[in-house]
Amino acid sequence: MVFLNDAIATGITMFTRLVTGAQARWIGCGPQAKQRVYFGNHSSHADFALIWASLPSDLRVRTRPVAGADYWGKGRIRKYLINEVLRGVLVERRPGGAPAGESALDILLAALDAGDSLIIFPEGTRNTTDEILLPFKSGLYNLANQRPEVELVPVWLENLGRVLPKGEIVPLPLLCSINFGTPMRVNGEEPKAVFLDRARQALLDLAKFARPA
Amino acid sequence: MFHVSPREHTFLLLAGVIGILSLASVVGFALKFTVARGEPHSTIDNLNSRVKAWWWMAAVIGLALGAGKEGVIALFAFASFVALREYATIAPGRRGDHWSLVSSFFIVVPFQYFLVWLEWYGLFSIFIPVYAFLVMPMLTVASADTRNFMQRAATLQWGLMITTFCLSHVPALLTLDIPGYEGRNAFLIVYLVLVVQLSDVFQYVWGKLFGKRKVAPHVSPSKTVEGLVGGVASAVVAGACLWWITPFTPAQSALIALVITILGFFGGLVMSAIKRDRGVKDWGTLIEGHGGVLDRLDSVCFSAPIFFHVVRYWWTP
Repeated sequence: MVFLNDAIATGITMFTRLVTGAQARWIGCGPQAKQRVYFGNHSSHADFALIWASLPSDLRVRTRPVAGADYWGKGRIRKYLINEVLRGVLVERRPGGAPAGESALDILLAALDAGDSLIIFPEGTRNTTDEILLPFKSGLYNLANQRPEVELVPVWLENLGRVLPKGEIVPLPLLCSINFGTPMRVNGEEPKAVFLDRARQALLDLAKFARPA
Repeated sequence: MFHVSPREHTFLLLAGVIGILSLASVVGFALKFTVARGEPHSTIDNLNSRVKAWWWMAAVIGLALGAGKEGVIALFAFASFVALREYATIAPGRRGDHWSLVSSFFIVVPFQYFLVWLEWYGLFSIFIPVYAFLVMPMLTVASADTRNFMQRAATLQWGLMITTFCLSHVPALLTLDIPGYEGRNAFLIVYLVLVVQLSDVFQYVWGKLFGKRKVAPHVSPSKTVEGLVGGVASAVVAGACLWWITPFTPAQSALIALVITILGFFGGLVMSAIKRDRGVKDWGTLIEGHGGVLDRLDSVCFSAPIFFHVVRYWWTP
């Protein structure tokens, strides 16, 4: 079973690489074996797979995507993929949808405490608007505040929203790039809003770097 | 006129291409160890990676030609697919373009090359200018997204014309029936590709050695008058010297070489203007030292259809 899961994982990463011609650009840091929270812009289902595919395989097995339980908890195939193959951390996005006593933050902190890195999309949902980046939810701040030793790495995914827009099933073979920025942390007593602005700006700066005018 | 068999032609051409590439490799190697003294040197290293990529490109084109009609069609279909991919990546687009783009990649490109294979000239020559032209905006309008509609429809059609319609005229050269030239059409492809690419290489070399006055400073700052004149003149001489693989006389061969190198030059300029407007240096990263497929084929895209029609008009009954 483990072998099958690995084979499917390899299949997903290879397919994603092939379709997107993805180029990983390590701009602000290298692919080091540090515990990290990768936070990126979310425009497509392929987002995880692409971040995942551009990590070296030894880092990939220690990096878990954070996904919405309301979407991924439905259906046997989705459940299998997210639990066994992608090793996702499922969190409830609907208010009141979570099992009593365990908040989304607790689940994420538990994953970090187990030594894994996380991939999160602080916009909370896939961006289908004309806005380049939606406002951030506070989860990123809470994580960073509770586990200040973990590096936060901004990841800008360029063009992926056009490859597989929300609701489409046939991917467009456009060239994508995945841009890793400079790791950041919460500065001392930095208020939540200030930090979230700074994190969002870090992604926007990467976007400017990655895309043509 | 002396008589040489196609087999001997092939042998002579192969020897010529391998000779030129070997010479380029030796020169690049010598420059690396005399001028650059083994240290990193941007111009010389770029030259060497270009030469290396040329070996690969020559090998791929050679293998495709060796594989015959299907090989050549498959190679250029792949080139069109990659070129359209590079184009669509850079072109501005919206979510509503998803289905027209999907159809372009997975239906229009394969079907255009299928028409080359069928040798159905009538449909080949109007499939993209007429049918794709009308159907693509229909697919786009189905998305009900009207923003920048005219630009989006025009951008896609232009991309299909350049990357697919124009480029498919290269393998279409195999379908021309030229009296007294039967079984040798592949040499027309060799002639076109060699002359246009040699012109690019000569322009680069002349420009690097003697370039002073910029010919289009706002569009392509690396192109110079000296490079243009020297490059085109050298390519015309090369084209004239290649007359023996064509149905042309040496004078006709020189004239045709002049036409296609000038078209190729403007092709490079037009495609540079797009890159400049979109703020990118290269179309892609597929070919080391050259950039993307479109960086290498921009001049061929512009010269292939005219070359095809010149040959078709004057050399076929």
